[in-house]
This record gives sequence, structure tokens and C-alpha cells, in this order.
Amino acid sequence: MGSARLYAAVAAGGFRRYATYRAATAAGVFTNTVFGLILVHTYLALWDERPHLGGYDQAQAVTYVWLGQALYATFAIQGGGVEKDLMARIRTGEIAIDLYRPADLQLWWLATDLGRALFQLVGRGVVPFAVGALLFPTALPRDAGTWAAFVLALLLGLVVSFGIRYLFALSAFWLLDGQGVSQAMMILGIFCSGMTLPLNAFPAGFGEVLRALPWAAQVQVPADVLMGEASWADAFAFQAAWAVALLGAGRLVQAAATRRVVVQGG
Amino acid sequence: MTGRPVAECAAAARPWTPEPAPGGSRLTESLRTYRLVAGMWIRSTMAYRTSFALTVVGNLLITGLDFATILLMFAQVDSLGGWSLPEVALLYGVSATAFGVADLVMGSMDVLGGRMRDGSFDTLLVRPAPVLAQVAADHFALRRLGRITQGALVLGWGLVSVDADWSPVKVLLLPVAVLSGAALFGALFVAGASFQFVAQDAAEVQNAFTYGGTTLLQYPPSVFGRDLVRSVTCLVPLAFVNWVPVSYVLDRPLPLGLPAWTAAVSPVVAGVCCALAGLAWRTALRSYRSTGS
Amino acid sequence: MDGTPGAHGDADADVCRDVDGAEGRAVGEPAGGAFVEVDGLEKVFPVRRRTGFLKRERREVRAVDGISFTVGRGEMVGYIGPNGAGKSTTIKMLTGILVPSGGRLRVAGIDPARERTRLARRIGVVFGQRTTLWWDLPLIDSYRLMHRMYRIPDARYRENLDRLVELLGLSDLLNVPVRQLSLGQRMRGDIAAALLHDPEVLYLDEPTIGLDVVSKARVREFLREVNAERGTTVLLTTHDLQDIEQLCRRVMVIDHGRLMYDGALAGLHEAGESERTLVVDLERELPPVRVPGTRVVRVEGPRQWLAFPSSQSAAPLVARVAAEYPLVDLSVREPDIETVIAKMYAERSDERGDGAGVDTPGAVR
Repeated sequence: MGSARLYAAVAAGGFRRYATYRAATAAGVFTNTVFGLILVHTYLALWDERPHLGGYDQAQAVTYVWLGQALYATFAIQGGGVEKDLMARIRTGEIAIDLYRPADLQLWWLATDLGRALFQLVGRGVVPFAVGALLFPTALPRDAGTWAAFVLALLLGLVVSFGIRYLFALSAFWLLDGQGVSQAMMILGIFCSGMTLPLNAFPAGFGEVLRALPWAAQVQVPADVLMGEASWADAFAFQAAWAVALLGAGRLVQAAATRRVVVQGG
Repeated sequence: MTGRPVAECAAAARPWTPEPAPGGSRLTESLRTYRLVAGMWIRSTMAYRTSFALTVVGNLLITGLDFATILLMFAQVDSLGGWSLPEVALLYGVSATAFGVADLVMGSMDVLGGRMRDGSFDTLLVRPAPVLAQVAADHFALRRLGRITQGALVLGWGLVSVDADWSPVKVLLLPVAVLSGAALFGALFVAGASFQFVAQDAAEVQNAFTYGGTTLLQYPPSVFGRDLVRSVTCLVPLAFVNWVPVSYVLDRPLPLGLPAWTAAVSPVVAGVCCALAGLAWRTALRSYRSTGS
Repeated sequence: MDGTPGAHGDADADVCRDVDGAEGRAVGEPAGGAFVEVDGLEKVFPVRRRTGFLKRERREVRAVDGISFTVGRGEMVGYIGPNGAGKSTTIKMLTGILVPSGGRLRVAGIDPARERTRLARRIGVVFGQRTTLWWDLPLIDSYRLMHRMYRIPDARYRENLDRLVELLGLSDLLNVPVRQLSLGQRMRGDIAAALLHDPEVLYLDEPTIGLDVVSKARVREFLREVNAERGTTVLLTTHDLQDIEQLCRRVMVIDHGRLMYDGALAGLHEAGESERTLVVDLERELPPVRVPGTRVVRVEGPRQWLAFPSSQSAAPLVARVAAEYPLVDLSVREPDIETVIAKMYAERSDERGDGAGVDTPGAVR
């Protein structure tokens, strides 16, 4: 129980840290709302030509756009989550201090990232989503059960999102060039999460491949859960499987990296 | 106590007059400053050559995602808002190239807020050089050539595959549109930089207009609601970057039923916007010098 | 400089100005005028404070509250005060970064607020905690930029560069990227960058902050030299009072936006009504020594510390202690300048608390 309290405190720290940038948050809300407005129109034009593309109707396509904008910062899809700090600490060598903390490195960063994500969800997500829901017809469920399932899908998606970024960040132990890694993470994140277009609206074969990749757990799966387009069991199983796989991979890489630090003496 | 200055005996530094600035106008002085500072940034980047090469490719891919989205859409449909793929490519090419030029020239101005917070903005004010030129050249990044490259590639493809009834006027209109568009986006960057004097942490707001603007213009005007089209024609006149001139080139009705001659007014619109942005910058700088924040 | 506390005028400076004016004065500078003239300078900042949800209160903060002084050509002046006293606000107005809210200000005859660019060619600025050198580039590249940006004639640039490189010991560092330089090396590099264009006045903001003892000594020695050889006027703010002690005959103390003292360093002791200390070593442990005009501030075994006013002569006290007590050894300690200044600030705030508008003895209006 003691460690649960510790990680809750760490998460609260992550929340507070991001909560200090008030003006930046307001600016983010504005920008996400403007992008939402632009994308909604392009999607509506697309669904005008091809009604029921990817199994969505127009209201669902609209909902998808606003979910994407609301969750963009939450899932740190283009980066800018705790992995940025982690990479900086690896590069400066401060990571050695973290290793001596009586806490698990991965869980520590996961807790921080969940705290960050919670703030981004509340601070940056709610307003654009509300604006979208007010201005356009959306497909939102009326039963509490679906919303609860959506929250669970978000949580699992966050763990997957963290797992992906953690792996990228750990590469800093071996790779000197951080910019290249960050850019690769950004490109894959935007494209494979379905930020450009819902993955089910991709050409058939290509779309299926993307929907099997972990990035799909971030926007696509929660959106499908919310709009009743996926069975809960399948969705959660998919997200949980990737979460476990990525966290496990993260631990392996972390162990190798730690050995490296110890050998080099920090 | 030591070292009482003995100025009486010292030979003071012989005064010299600075080499006269050729032409000496504010514009040439600004361009010169810009060249000097941007040159320093290029040299700085070249200290990490591999990293530089990687980021150029990365920039090309990231900015190319926008066109990838359009291609994915056209994999499902034959037209979007009544426009064919080559036609949309033409819109995209003009918008992305124009924005790419502005982005290359002054796309790093969002570091201004940080410079004011850490105090390094003050070091720019004690230099005998125009501040705007110094700020515009700040963090000059050649990797932004990636965006121009992909924009130009799409524009080229659009030009050869589009079915247009070319005339000398139309041929002339496109480069004018690209250059005016670059100036218009540049004005937005300057306006955004001026806004950072007011809200130093809110640099992201300008992204809504700059990045948001170029994204908007990559799609046909018919896709958007009338109100949105009206506001980007009259309020923030982005429509003159490509919607108006490209519609003319393609013999389509101009947005909002504008008369045909408006296809040629892009340079005028861009000039007015640059003047307004310059005014905003002067006001913001004056307010910074009087309030220190 | 006569050292009388509160004295504005400065005889030496007048002389040096006259001599200097014959050859060094640039065109346009009023003859006989001080090089830096500050008269009733004020800077008021509006401050908005959040007092509740969406509620804000507007308030004014007088960062600089009516400061007047003049600095003659070739003077070297220390400008000290606690954080937030208005030091850097004054420097920012002198360099043209900030526009004053009131008062008159001229540097080399130029109004900094109106002619920022013209002034910039004639001043050099070093911000101690903020390098203006290019992080990833060799040191020499930053100098080449100065060469072009200030349009320094080629011959003059080479001459100045050679001289500065020699004086500051930079020759081995010119091709080293700035990020690899130590703090002390970087500061020397920054100072050289600020002097390449032959500024007539050099402003230094905390030039020795964070430097090791050797680097500090080197920077101070160089500044003395520039001031003496080139006649460059130097105005420096610092927290390190050794900088002042070793460099400046004249010191200005600012607190709460007001000039509290302007004069010789020595006069500061009197102004601060400071005390000297007599340290006496007795043969054995004894009760505190009782000599009129002194008070025992500390006792440690046979050693005792006696404080007495700086203005009083130590000789009669020494004689008396020697006559009445079994004395082994004795020494006189001068007051620590930091203590003096701290005392001055404290008195000042006490007065403020009492609402009394009387100036501290020795302070100027």
C-alpha cells in the first residue's frame, strides 16, 4: 500500500508540473479547436462522397475528429510527454540518480506520465470536445456503462502510449541523436494513431495492418469503444496485450541500459 | 584600493566612424542583419552534420503527412468538394510552398517568448541592428527546406497532371501567388511574434493561424462552411494565397463569388498584411520597452 | 573625489573630462558635460496581480524612484544594491533597452530611449549570467559577427582583436566551441566581444559571478587595464564587494529604487556608522573587558572582541586596555563592507517602517 501512495504522489507531481503552464494550456485549447474545425469540414466532405466510409456515419466521423483533438496532448501523440524529460536526463547523466531511488524506474515515469495525461485531458481535452459537440452533430452514448468503458479504454491507451514513448526514450542510452528519434516517434505517432484519418477509413489491407499495431490503442480503440463500434472485450484485450508487451519490452531494454550505466559508472 | 583610472594620461581609443551602410535604408540594414545572424545559425547547425541531414529528411516526411492524408482520402473517392486530385494538389502545392518559404525565413519566431523569459531578448536590444531582423533570423533552420521541397514536388505534379486552359496571365499568376502567400504567412508569423509580447507562454496560438492556415488552404474552399470561407477571405485574408488565384487558373468560380480581377490582388493583400504586422510589431516592442515585459 | 559622503561632484572626473575632451570626445557630445547624465530618473512598472478568480488588481511599482548622478568620462563606478533594488532597471535604461517613465537621461549626449541603435555602437554590455557568444561555434566566429554587425573597419578589428586576445589570454581558445569553455573563459570571451567595437562605456552586470578566484583576479586586472589604458568608462553592478574594493574608487548604493549613497568607498563606512573591532588576547580567561566607548561582542577563552565606532581612534583604547589588563596580543579589524551595506539597508527599511522620510546620514537625495 505504501508504494501505491508513493506512485499516487508521483502522479500528482506530474499533474501539477503541467498545470503550471496556464497560458500555454489556453493556447493549446485554442489551437486544437481551430484544427478540429478545419478537419471536421474535410471529413464531412469525404463522408459526403462516401457515406459510411469505414463503417462510420457522418456524426461518428465528426466525433472522431474532436476526440482526436481532445486526446492529442493527452496521448502526447507528437511527443512532449515525460519521455522528453527522460531523454534529457539520460543525456545529462542525471538518470543515474533516478536509478538509486528506492522506486521502480519504469513505474515512476509511468506514474508521472499518467499525472501529466490526466491534466492534459482535463486542461486541454474537455473544451475542444465540448465546442465540437455543441457546434456539430456528434454520436455520443447516453448510457453510463459505455462512458465507463471509454474511460477504461483511455487508461489502457495511456499505458500503451507510455510504453511506446518509453522505448523511444530509452534509445537515448545508445543513440546520440535525439532529434532523429523524436521525429520518428512523431511521424509514426501521427500517422499510425489515426490522427490524419481514422484507421478504418484507410485502404483495406493497409488499414488492417495499422489497426494491429500498438498506436491503434491510442485514439482509434477508445473512439470505437465510445461510439459502440467495437466489442469491449476485444478492445480491452487488444490494448492490454500491447500494454503488457510494451511494458515488458521496456523492462528488458531498461535492464540492458542499466547494466550499461553501471558498467560506465554513470 | 587600487587602480584609480588615470584617464587624464591615457590615450582614449581613437574614435572611428562605422563603415557607411550602402544605401543605408532600414530595409537593406535589416536584410544585412538577417543574413549575418542566419549565417551564424547555419554554421551552428553544421556542427552536427548527421543530425542535420536526418532532420531535413524528417521535416520532409512530417510535412508530407498532410499530402499523404489527401492521397488516402482520394484512395476512397474521386473528388473532394467537387475538386479532383490534381486540382487539390495544385491548391496544396501553392499553400505548402508559400508557407514553407515563410516557415524557412521566420518560422522559429516562437522562441521569442522564451527569450523574453530568460532575459536573452535584452541582448538583442543592445545591438546596433534592427530587432525584428534579429528575431526573424533567430534559430534559422535549413531543415525547413524539407517542407518547401515536398510542397514544390506536389505543386510540380499538380501542374503537369491538372487539366487547365493555360494563358500567359495564368502562368504568371502562380509564382505571384506563391510569393504573395509567403509574404502573407510571414505577416502572420510577425503578428504571432508580436502577440508573444503580450502572452509569453502562448506561442502556440499562432500555430492555429500559421499551421492551421496552411492546412485549411490545402483543401478546396467548397469543403468549408460559408462563414469559415468568409472569415479567411475578409478577416485573415488567407484565401488570397491560393483559393482565389488557383480557382481562377482552373476556371472555377471564385470563392464567395468574387470578381475575376481579385485573382490578381494577392500582392496587394499581402502588402497590407505585412504593413499591419509591422505596425503590430512596433507597438509590441514599444510596449515591451516601456513595461519590461 | 573628496570622499565626503553625499558629495555629488567629483573634482578628478572634471579634470579628466577636460583633458579627455580635447582628443577623445566624439562629435555631437556637449562640451564640458558629463559622459553619463542621469537626472531624476524614474521607472514605474504597472503590475497586475491576481486577487481572485478573474479579479485583478492594478498596482504600480516604482523600480527606480528619482535617481540622479553623473559619471565622467574614464570613471569606474560600482553600482550595488540588493536584488530588486532597481540596479538592472537602471542599466536597462542606460543601455536603451527600457524607456524611462520620467527624468532625463543622456549617455554620450545621446538619449538612449530615442536612439537605441546609434547608442549601441558606442556602448559595450556584458551580462554576467547570460552569454552573447554562439554556443556551438568557435569563439572567433562570435567575434567575426561583431566585426560585421558593428561595421568595425578591418584594420581596427584586427588590432583590437589582437590586443584583447593577448590581454585576456584567449589565443588558445579562439577555435574552441563556446560550449566547451569554462565559465571563466566564457566570461573573458564575453568581455572581449563587448569591447571589439571600441565602446566608450562598458556596462558589466555581475562580471565575476560564479567565477573561481583566479578567473576573478584576471577579469579584475583586465578591467583595470582597459579603464586605465583606454580611458573606457566602466559601470559595473556586482554582489561581490571585492570587485568594488579592488576596482572602483566610487560606489553608488541603491535600494528601493533610490540612491542611498554616492561617493568614495571609504566614506561608506562612516555613512553606515559602522564599527571597528579590537581583538585582544589576554593572559588568561577573564570577565569581559570594561573600557568606556567599547562593548564586548564576543568572548572565547582568553580572547575577547571589542567593538567601537569607526570614527573613533583606536590608540587611546589600546593604551587603556594595555594599562588595565594583562595583555598578550592585540589587533584591529576593519569593518566588513558587506556588513556595512547590510546595516545601511536595514536602517533604511527601519525608517521606512517608521514612516520617517529623513535620509540616512551620508545618503544623497
